[in-house]
Amino acid sequence: MKIVQDMPPVLSALDRPNSYIGRSVPRPNLARLMQGRGQYVSDVVLPRMAHVAFARSPHAHARIRAIETGRAKSAPGVIAVVTGAELARVMTPWVGVLTHLKGIKSAPQHALAVDRACWRGEAVCAVVARSRAEAEDAIELVEVDYEELAPVTDAETALDPGTPVIHPDLGDNLTFERRHEAGAPDTAFAEADEVVEATFRFGRHTGVTNEPRAVVADWNPGEQRLTVYHGTQAPHMMQNLFAKHLALEEHQVRVITKDVGGSFGIKVHTYADEMATVALSKLLKRPVKFVADRIESFVTDIHARDHRVQARVAVKRDGTITAFEIDDLTGIGPYSVYPRTSGIEANQVVNLTGGPYTCPNYRALARVVFQNKNVMCQYRAVGHPIATAVTEGLVDLAAMRIGMDPVEIRRRNLIADDAYPTSGPSGIRFEQLSHHASLDKVLAMMDYRALRAEQARLREKGVHRGIGLASFIEVTNPSAAFYGVGGARISSQDGVTIRLDAQGAIICHTGVTEQGQGAEAVIAQVAASAFGVPIARVRVVTGDTDNTPYGGGTWASRAAGIGGEAAWQAGKALRANVLAVAGSILQAAPESLDIRNGTVIDRETGRERIGLDEVARVAYFRPDTLPPGFQAELMATRHYVPRAWPFAFTNGIQASLLEVDVETGFITLLKHWCVEDCGTVINPQLVDEQVRGGVVQGLGAVLFEHCLYDERGQLLNGNMADYLVPMACEMPDIAVGHVVSPTADSELGAKGAGEAGTAGAPACVMNAVNDALAPLGAATITEMPITPSVVLRALGRV
Amino acid sequence: MKPPAFAYAKARALDHAIELLGVDGARLLAGGQSLIATLNMRLSSPSLLVDINGIGGLEGIALRDGRLEIGALVRHVQAERSAEIARHAPLIARAMPHIGHAAIRNRGTLGGSIAFADPAAELPACLVALGGEVEIAGPEGRRTVAADDFFKDLFETALGPRDVLTAIRVPAATADTRVGFAELARRHGDYAMVGLAAAARADGKAPKDPRLVYFGVGTTPVRARKAEAALAGGSLDQAVAALAQDLAPQDDVQATAAVKTHLAGVLLRRVAQQLEAA
Amino acid sequence: MSPHLVDIRLTVNGEPVNERVEARKTLVDFLRDDLGLTGSHIGCEHGVCGACTVRVDGVVVRGCLMLAAQCDGARVETIEGVSDTGEIADLQEAFEKRNALQCGYCTPGMLLTAQELLARGGVPDRSAIREHLAGNYCRCTGYHAIVDAVESVAETRSKG
Repeated sequence: MKIVQDMPPVLSALDRPNSYIGRSVPRPNLARLMQGRGQYVSDVVLPRMAHVAFARSPHAHARIRAIETGRAKSAPGVIAVVTGAELARVMTPWVGVLTHLKGIKSAPQHALAVDRACWRGEAVCAVVARSRAEAEDAIELVEVDYEELAPVTDAETALDPGTPVIHPDLGDNLTFERRHEAGAPDTAFAEADEVVEATFRFGRHTGVTNEPRAVVADWNPGEQRLTVYHGTQAPHMMQNLFAKHLALEEHQVRVITKDVGGSFGIKVHTYADEMATVALSKLLKRPVKFVADRIESFVTDIHARDHRVQARVAVKRDGTITAFEIDDLTGIGPYSVYPRTSGIEANQVVNLTGGPYTCPNYRALARVVFQNKNVMCQYRAVGHPIATAVTEGLVDLAAMRIGMDPVEIRRRNLIADDAYPTSGPSGIRFEQLSHHASLDKVLAMMDYRALRAEQARLREKGVHRGIGLASFIEVTNPSAAFYGVGGARISSQDGVTIRLDAQGAIICHTGVTEQGQGAEAVIAQVAASAFGVPIARVRVVTGDTDNTPYGGGTWASRAAGIGGEAAWQAGKALRANVLAVAGSILQAAPESLDIRNGTVIDRETGRERIGLDEVARVAYFRPDTLPPGFQAELMATRHYVPRAWPFAFTNGIQASLLEVDVETGFITLLKHWCVEDCGTVINPQLVDEQVRGGVVQGLGAVLFEHCLYDERGQLLNGNMADYLVPMACEMPDIAVGHVVSPTADSELGAKGAGEAGTAGAPACVMNAVNDALAPLGAATITEMPITPSVVLRALGRV
Repeated sequence: MKPPAFAYAKARALDHAIELLGVDGARLLAGGQSLIATLNMRLSSPSLLVDINGIGGLEGIALRDGRLEIGALVRHVQAERSAEIARHAPLIARAMPHIGHAAIRNRGTLGGSIAFADPAAELPACLVALGGEVEIAGPEGRRTVAADDFFKDLFETALGPRDVLTAIRVPAATADTRVGFAELARRHGDYAMVGLAAAARADGKAPKDPRLVYFGVGTTPVRARKAEAALAGGSLDQAVAALAQDLAPQDDVQATAAVKTHLAGVLLRRVAQQLEAA
Repeated sequence: MSPHLVDIRLTVNGEPVNERVEARKTLVDFLRDDLGLTGSHIGCEHGVCGACTVRVDGVVVRGCLMLAAQCDGARVETIEGVSDTGEIADLQEAFEKRNALQCGYCTPGMLLTAQELLARGGVPDRSAIREHLAGNYCRCTGYHAIVDAVESVAETRSKG
């Protein structure tokens, strides 16, 4: 395989003679995808496979008085019509709580609603038929007698005494509350030269994966085994959940995840309709397929980010920031999502706010409430865009108040690059970050001073450009602290098994999964480097609970940092095993040998001694020629989990240049920059593209994407014509730069990079818009998405 | 999200299409770029789709008697590249790049856009602005309906259930024809939040007989008649002010009525400049 | 013959196909379900995302906004076909080199749409490339790499 770009930004002891670390190696699975020969779950067809469609509640909150299924059952092609009560006999309900989120509560949720529907779109009845079209035909014949109940839709009033309680057994609509205080915020605010307050509003939005959620479940009563083809990020987690709620042993469940058409955190949760599909397969003893259509996706894929944050910052006239305070309120739908809970985003907002800055005084309150809308849960960069926009918005407002350049106030307050290890305002621990180096780098990349001069010139001509900055921190490489300690059976460790095949190539099996981010390429690069073969001689197998080491999959930017380290260790272990065999064959000390480019060599001289194919041949076919008692072990497994730090925090900074048409309120994005520090860069191109893709997801959030609900809990724009995702025309070119601060927790030193783009883009665009509008006396914009209407209102034009 | 069951018939000729449309619940299928989406969403459940794509003679663009006639089956991509349209109907030429995306324009037809009559679509407004007309073949024979009378209400036109729109005709541009077009869409190719198609004749300072037709602000293309009068009188400011009386947009998911009215004024100023340009 | 079933004869990737299809079946469902050509993907089924893009009689169309019944007599080409003929080999190589795809779900549609632009010749600027691809949704890449890849092929082809 060719190497397309050879610019290793860091060469370390890891850089073995044939190292691929730090190189832009093309991903091994691209040709297949580009030829239309991928295998997405939507593509899976099995013998006797049936299709399911769901009758979904048209009401945000309603009692189900009766379901009449007779007409549907006799419709052409229908195999079964199943209600919630019937399915509950096969599958037990679940409750989305974890013990480390103290006090979090939720109600039992069923695969299909039983008695009551709690959001518009909740599945209440399943029709299984020969084809999806026939299942949809029969859905129209299912008659559900609903008694509408008062919906709770406004998070602001969800806790008022007069508001109905969605789950009466829980006592109130409060899901979770967290209070945090550090230092002496009251004193800091009292002694501040200026206190700046703002209320930030974040629009509810959703992931819109290009391939909708998809599952094919195949219960084989003969084998007493369930095979689930599932577009998921976490096959082993799902194996556990399918088993648990169908009363099976985990070994009876196999989850297979081949190609996945986009995830972004959407596909790491338990979805009632997917659980129902699996239960239906058990019930009907045949394969059942469910692929959410786009309209279903909008009302059932998890939503995120619907937060209102009242916030203030205390600042001294010299620019010193002395305190942050936030009050975050978020409505998460009627259930806390299983098994990760819907408390995490608010919890992250508390953890991350103020994170880049030296600021000892901090007070935070986060409240998470139930409401009758679609559920919210963890979506790419959980909590980060909110915390970053609040923090960076306040920092810019403070700078404006005291008349300081946004760059200068950051220089004065960002944690010094030589101050590590240290902690952030919320107590989160940082091993090594590089805020100042990142700031310097982005200013150089964008030529900040030239842009400011150009901005001033254009302003005189009536052209209103804005420049915005946003420093951020990012949670990656999570240890058990994220979920495991709260009782979730979600693996934070991951493993890689590497086997030498009989021709000297290697096969890697890993618990991390490929969602398109390039996990397979990274595993291949690391394994090739550690072991010593050309990358073309590496095959990576992911996404099969029968055939991979137990692991967590892909989430929270963990695949490269955690899976990569496991591959590194496994590669070294297999190398040692192979050299033991080679040493035995060559009668040489294994320590005197190494493997380079697929050949065993003399470590000192580099002289070629024996090919790996020959080592494999002897070990597999002529072990009789090896010394008595010597057993070749040509397969090695290693696992890794971060232990020294609960999370490998990374950092970075983004900048936006944009132009505002002050007559129409339309915003044109001209250019975007991101400098980020994810430690050791294993594959620069993959990191850059993660950043770019993440940035655009953040740009969607700040300018376009919004799940609009009315007061009755009806989603008003649940289709792709009305819910605006970012398309090519409106997106800018994005320049990406790096600073490298490896983590010492692993030998590779790699941290994650998947959240960085999404974390910072909304904040810097918001700041840029305000930068453009401030000279016009506009009100400060602190709500997202920033639509033309929002801009016109800020300008007082409507 | 699969369409409900329906029957399909390919019309061999206009008469055949009209005959097939006599079936209760039959619907005509042209480019299908709006219709099939609504079928997939089960927003519509026809008994029979009558496909007119095979009918010959409906894809021509020709100048006749000072009018440019555009066949109903002319695809957007064909119109976009048509020298005749660029020369004789420059307003339509200006609108074309705003319509949909490459794949949609390859398949969508001009007749379909007019007949579907989406109030946020560009072409119905252009047709009204140009004072064009619609040629219809029906069970009673052929007839012509002026664009001003064609668009009745939301997705409602002068077309009866058995009618086939066969062509649109617009007066060919002359040396003194002035046109202007602008729209505001959040993303390229989207239906407009607000758009304005305008035509006038050059006559010294003020545009003469201006026709200002907004889209995205009502249930049909909306002529801003008071603004037209003010503009003809030479006052752009009064024309913009008159929009508050001319337009009565509804709030929608994209913008409030107030925002739309404001944007309509901005567009008028921009389009007025185009009308003045020679 | 029931009017709900329609007999069609067409070529798909150069091979003759004779099938009886439900009138309501969209072209992309027909290609995927009846012919096993799963390279054309389903993303929205209402004409916005472009994942189902295929070529009919030489031009790209939305596979979800055409009925299979309408394709009687048509020449249909999918990503599998244009890959096998080598027509877009250079574009695919550029996508690989530039990592212009992540999950790959939009990629077949993106490639076919880009090829239509490239086939016009010349070197379109970046904004023209973005405009031509504006009807194809990619959630992964942020589009920058896709624009780079298309631009590089336009440059190479115009030299060659």
